[in-house]
Amino acid sequence: MFDASSKETKAAMLKEIGIENIEELFKDIPSNLKQAKFNLPAALDEQDLTKYIKALAAKNKPLLNFAGAGIYEHFIPAAVNALSTRGEFLTAYTPYQAQASQGTLQAIYEYQSSICALFDMEVSNASHYDGATALAESVYAACQIKGINKVLISAGLNPQYKQVLKTYFNGTREIKFEEVSLKEGTLDLQDLKNKLQTPSAAFVLATPNFFGCLEESEEISKLVHVNNALLISVVNPISLGILETPGSYDSDFAVAEGQCLGNAMNFGGPGLGIFTCKKQYVRYMPGRLCGITKDDKGNRCFVLTLQAREQHIRRERAASNICSNQALCALNALIYLSLLGPKGLKEVALLNLEKAHNLAKEISQVKGFSLAYQKPFFNEFVVNCPIPAKQVINKLAKKGILAGVDLGQVDKSLKNSLLVCITETKTQADIERFISCLRGI
Amino acid sequence: MEKLIIEKSNGARGVIFNGVKDVSSLLDKKHLRKQEPNLPQVSEFDVVRHFTNLSRLNFCLDTHFYPLGSCTMKYNPKSYDVLCSLENFSCLHPLTPATNAQGTLELIYKFEELLKGITGLSSWTLQPSAGAHGEFTGALIAKTYHKKDKNRTEIIVPDTAHGTNPATAAMCGFKVVNIKSNAHGRVDLEELKKVLGPKTAMVMLTLPNTAGLFERDILEISKLVHAAGALLYMDGANLNALIGLVKPVDMGVDIMHINLHKTLAAPHGGGGPGAGAVGVRKGLEELLPLGRVLFDGQKYTLLTKSKKSIGQVKSFWGNIAIVIRAYAYLRQFDGKTLGNIARNAVLNANYVRVKLKNYFPAFFDEVCMHECVLTIAKDMPNLKALYVAKRLLDLGYHAPTIYFPLIVPQALMVEPTETESKQTLDGFIEAMKQIFEEAKKDISMLEHAPHKTEIGVIDEVLAAREPNLKW
Repeated sequence: MFDASSKETKAAMLKEIGIENIEELFKDIPSNLKQAKFNLPAALDEQDLTKYIKALAAKNKPLLNFAGAGIYEHFIPAAVNALSTRGEFLTAYTPYQAQASQGTLQAIYEYQSSICALFDMEVSNASHYDGATALAESVYAACQIKGINKVLISAGLNPQYKQVLKTYFNGTREIKFEEVSLKEGTLDLQDLKNKLQTPSAAFVLATPNFFGCLEESEEISKLVHVNNALLISVVNPISLGILETPGSYDSDFAVAEGQCLGNAMNFGGPGLGIFTCKKQYVRYMPGRLCGITKDDKGNRCFVLTLQAREQHIRRERAASNICSNQALCALNALIYLSLLGPKGLKEVALLNLEKAHNLAKEISQVKGFSLAYQKPFFNEFVVNCPIPAKQVINKLAKKGILAGVDLGQVDKSLKNSLLVCITETKTQADIERFISCLRGI
Repeated sequence: MEKLIIEKSNGARGVIFNGVKDVSSLLDKKHLRKQEPNLPQVSEFDVVRHFTNLSRLNFCLDTHFYPLGSCTMKYNPKSYDVLCSLENFSCLHPLTPATNAQGTLELIYKFEELLKGITGLSSWTLQPSAGAHGEFTGALIAKTYHKKDKNRTEIIVPDTAHGTNPATAAMCGFKVVNIKSNAHGRVDLEELKKVLGPKTAMVMLTLPNTAGLFERDILEISKLVHAAGALLYMDGANLNALIGLVKPVDMGVDIMHINLHKTLAAPHGGGGPGAGAVGVRKGLEELLPLGRVLFDGQKYTLLTKSKKSIGQVKSFWGNIAIVIRAYAYLRQFDGKTLGNIARNAVLNANYVRVKLKNYFPAFFDEVCMHECVLTIAKDMPNLKALYVAKRLLDLGYHAPTIYFPLIVPQALMVEPTETESKQTLDGFIEAMKQIFEEAKKDISMLEHAPHKTEIGVIDEVLAAREPNLKW
């Protein structure tokens, strides 16, 4: 790596400081600590580094992808990255100095607005780490609001999210979780009714759920609210191009993984945690918020606001410890939504819906394969296979296809179940290739 | 001033998909959206011009010196941007079978090897998304480690700690015990002894601390912490001062996090994403989150099940795009040159400190590490750190971190980093001197700064009183 100053310049700087040897600046460090040896491989220059990292990348063998389960492959218009990787966005810090950060601040405000529009919710924060951690924070907020440390969750919640909830609350803030079971792919409303009889702070609804099925959100929302609990909805943002919105069925909180909005899959990270809620709960919201205000000349401008919720002000009494968020991923989402607009987003959603129904139909006509559930779905569905799903995945991987996600990893009784996802990125030819490989099993 | 993008809506389209059929009848009406979302309707060109214009309203590292204390705004070579977006990395689904993801898994594994090499800590997780998320992971590890000792309910945090430290401890259900620093801005051993005991689960130290000083008594501190049966956590946000010179394990650190977006060169992206790798000493490795990469000599695989692990702190395996940058960065150093990061960072900070001595004295008048915490001289009672910060924007410099650490009145926390040249520092020093002179002549001019930025003094009270958070 380069030196910002020459040897001579550094010597001059030392002289100004009034010392001769740079090691004098480290005199506070006990000398035995300074004996450490660092065993690192030889340093690479830019040219060799590029070759080396490219060679590593070449060891990955990406597959024609039919897996979803939380991270989705969607088309990303070139303008998204062209704009978000401009140095002025990429190399700026958190916009604490508002006058030096109006670009980032306005983008955050526009992101919050676009997400609120898409979700029909009243407030969105500037972003959280990912969908699962956003959910964990909303669960905590709900418990604070209700003063109850019990939360019901749908058995159809993504198992990764369940894991994260367990990690976040097991033995820390002592929140108890109870699962509401599924019946034929969607929530068992009778079970929900029964479990709502004992006080719960909230119910966590996932729609589409992990198995791809759409839930009866309207009815569920009524049940939850009649029983004095809050509704936390976990949704797929792309699906909202055509599907009913969390706001329309009166969600109190709605969270999501926003990677699908203009962000690459990147082996699962960085993601984008979308966090929205009703206005009345804004003070329980974690993370940054950007608002409009005026300057001394009366100009409209943007500034981080309601910071009294945050760790750098409130320390141990903060709503959350979050500091760095996913600003650049949120910017990607904003640019993506701006490029697509309401019509483009509806088109993407329709393409997903159409292709998923075509693929589902084609798969169910392959001998030995059938659809697991007869419920409405968006772009993901479960297929019963004649052999363990793991074997289907291995066999198709050899032919260059990622057939889906093995549900046996989640639940042993589902070892023959394959979770399949298709988006607008797949052509009819891709579908035919997938089907012919399935036939060959 | 730029209009909002929604105000530019003109019914145009940015991206169009061909061959779309209205198949909404595949679903029952009750599942369908009733009204289209109020999103911009503009062309691609409108979008490009809008965001290009927005970007130009920002100060950023590529355009301005950005001496934000504690944030380590160093230059990040452009090659890493290219490498992390190689299609074979970026287009990989996280549930791709290990056989097809060997390149990414090998990179993660080798990165962990490098982290072991520079810290001496034996095992690492790359799952946490940010420094604070790493702290959270570390505190959960401490909680699990002390599972059989239910009395260990406290985490000790010095008053110089980042705000995230106490917030983290509280999130994990610990009681936060704050301790005051001594007159030299360091942990007061007597104070520490008073609160350390059978209730202590962990002590969280930022090293060097947020006053930009090295804890001279670190070996004594770690001895005391361990004698009390507690763990020592190192907030590695300031590792830039020590990298390549000192191994945290030698200081007695049990758990630490490194902000990959600070020390190991990933751009800050206007607030994120970052990554907060967490390392632990031998004996704690089984508690690390799931998703670590294993290597059997031939094949790399992911560890997705383990009874002792604290579980998962986020979905999937971590912010891999950030990890790729951090790995690329570390590969540009060897064991000898690595320490130059710290040497040059510390040299730059001390140069600024000494050159500004007669204008903005360091609060603790001694050699500092990678950042110097300056303050307003006593004979300038009308001058405030805020005015200096805002006036610097007029003069073409991003402001330092101000009013932090809390123990320093009118704090101006300057972290130049190792990637800035002497010329840049000299320019900044001159600007600071100019402000000092201006303060003597016309304080009201400074009070109303900035004057040259597009936006003047901002009404923050209005923003909070009548929150307008969306269009």
